[in-house]
Amino acid sequence: MSRLLTVCAKEVKDNFRDRRTLLSALVFGPLFGPVLFLGVMTLSLDQAISDSGKPLALAIAGAERAPNLVDFLTQNNVDPEELTLGRDAAMAAVKAGEHDQILYIPELYGEQFRGGIPARVELIIDESNSRAQGDIRRARGLVSAWGRQIGMLRLQVRGIDPAITRAVQLQEIDVSTPTGRSAILLGMMSYFLIFSMLMGGMYLAIDTTAGERERGSLEPLLTLPVERSTLIGGKILATCFYMSMSLAAALIAFSVSLQFLPLEKVGMSANFGLDVVASAFLILVPFTLLGASLMTVVASFTKSYKEAQSYMTVVLLLPTLPIMIAALLTVRPTLQWMAVPSLSQHLLVTDLIKDEALSPLFVATSVGSTLAAGIALTWLAMRLYRREGILG
Amino acid sequence: MIRVDSIAKSFGKVQAVRDVSFTAEDGRITGLLGPNGAGKSTTLRVLYTVLKPNSGSASIDGIDVTADSLGARARLGALPHSSGLYPQLTARENIAYYGALHGLAGEDLARRVQSMIDLLEIGDFADRRTKGFSQGQRTKVALARAMVHEPRNVVLDEPTNGLDVMATRSLRELIRRLRDAGKCVLFSSHVMQEVAALCDEIVIISDGRVALSGTPAEIRSRTGKENLEDAFVSAIGSAEGLE
Repeated sequence: MSRLLTVCAKEVKDNFRDRRTLLSALVFGPLFGPVLFLGVMTLSLDQAISDSGKPLALAIAGAERAPNLVDFLTQNNVDPEELTLGRDAAMAAVKAGEHDQILYIPELYGEQFRGGIPARVELIIDESNSRAQGDIRRARGLVSAWGRQIGMLRLQVRGIDPAITRAVQLQEIDVSTPTGRSAILLGMMSYFLIFSMLMGGMYLAIDTTAGERERGSLEPLLTLPVERSTLIGGKILATCFYMSMSLAAALIAFSVSLQFLPLEKVGMSANFGLDVVASAFLILVPFTLLGASLMTVVASFTKSYKEAQSYMTVVLLLPTLPIMIAALLTVRPTLQWMAVPSLSQHLLVTDLIKDEALSPLFVATSVGSTLAAGIALTWLAMRLYRREGILG
Repeated sequence: MIRVDSIAKSFGKVQAVRDVSFTAEDGRITGLLGPNGAGKSTTLRVLYTVLKPNSGSASIDGIDVTADSLGARARLGALPHSSGLYPQLTARENIAYYGALHGLAGEDLARRVQSMIDLLEIGDFADRRTKGFSQGQRTKVALARAMVHEPRNVVLDEPTNGLDVMATRSLRELIRRLRDAGKCVLFSSHVMQEVAALCDEIVIISDGRVALSGTPAEIRSRTGKENLEDAFVSAIGSAEGLE
């Protein structure tokens, strides 16, 4: 046991002096997620907040044919830009991206409107332009609202209660809490947390195996009166230590960066206080053994540092696979999923952020299955180190 | 004392060692001489238990290297052919790491590390990180590291490879001092002059077998050659692969 700790302490110290390992464990890995997250979220939140408040710039072709509609739009925070374009020219302008959308009033509009037949107006849009979708929704909503308003007035003039046209009133009741809504976006977070854990241990896993062989320091190490399983155990333990450091750093970075996000303004709130940071750490930390032993096993097969590095990029993606699949299938936390490492951590951390009570059985299953997989891979790594071929 | 009893080792179809036996006594320098690829390194790797022999046996101070490899390793200081250091650790830390893995701790460890630093005269750079050390400096640190537990038996695989004249001289001096301290020193080389200048016993290996062994005088008389170099050539059959 003391030899195991000797190996672990040496690897921790050795790699602490290696700038690349340290940067990837404490800076690149943990900050990659929060910075990307902060950037994307700030942009999309800014858009969501400002879009509804600022006047909608709407290009209208043939505005002179529908002065009342234009007045209505102007009263409803629309900034109309009157164009003198034909229908084809208007379509070409949207296609070319000169305008996000053009409201086109056909020449027959006035005649149809006066005649009481549904008056055709055209909203020329480009469905593939995702940036404009918010504006298009607003324009569509406003034109329909005006249509409904006119329709009701017409019924009232004829002495009919407009309510008679509404046979059913569908009202959606959204029961999601503000934290629940934010969890959809914050669901990405567990992915970043696992990613930064693996990043933190990656260089250590390579350095202690393929790196040691490449430097020629493995053979003298194996001449010492220490079991090979003790050597590899110490190395895996050191890798776990770095992964835990990365995890802690990433959690703190998230906790700090979320305070700068205007989540409340879009009806969300992030439950990411110190207690959540601590709980998330405890839920995720069993994954370090699995990640460290997996990377060590993979690195043990490689002949050089470079070769190990190229395999590692695949390993970085491997544990994120269940999370991606779960996101596509919208998996709900059930006991069976708790047996899948990385997916169980993802589901538990997401629940934690949603401020939902965690089932002790689920947590125990997640910790147990993840540790069991980690122990199995550690055993495999120890087996690999008993081969003569390990010297390469 | 190191005993090797008709060991054989093959890698796939390549028969690296066919039949090698010899004894290296305490207080003597035993040299394994042979051309490149003769099986010297494989023999030594069996001794420091990195490889297991297909047949035959070997022992360190009477402890079998396959039956009790940990016990055998504890009595051995080994300098393998590739003896890389940890570049981010200082020379002293490199030596202390091995000491700790031998079970040394505390003041005892610090004292042994310091005595190795004194013995190998590496005090000037003992507290610098080993990144950027010269080959001579690296070999000295690797040797100090290999002997920090004061083993009775020292095995060196081509220790003078890549060393300049001065470094080679001081290494030879050190090997003699180890012998005079009563240790069993076994080293391999493909340089005839080196073996001739240093060894009390010579084991000539060729093509995985012992071609001839004995003291320099015995080898001269058995081959009927006055000159050791001619004796080596006559024992191996050619001078190919030797220097």
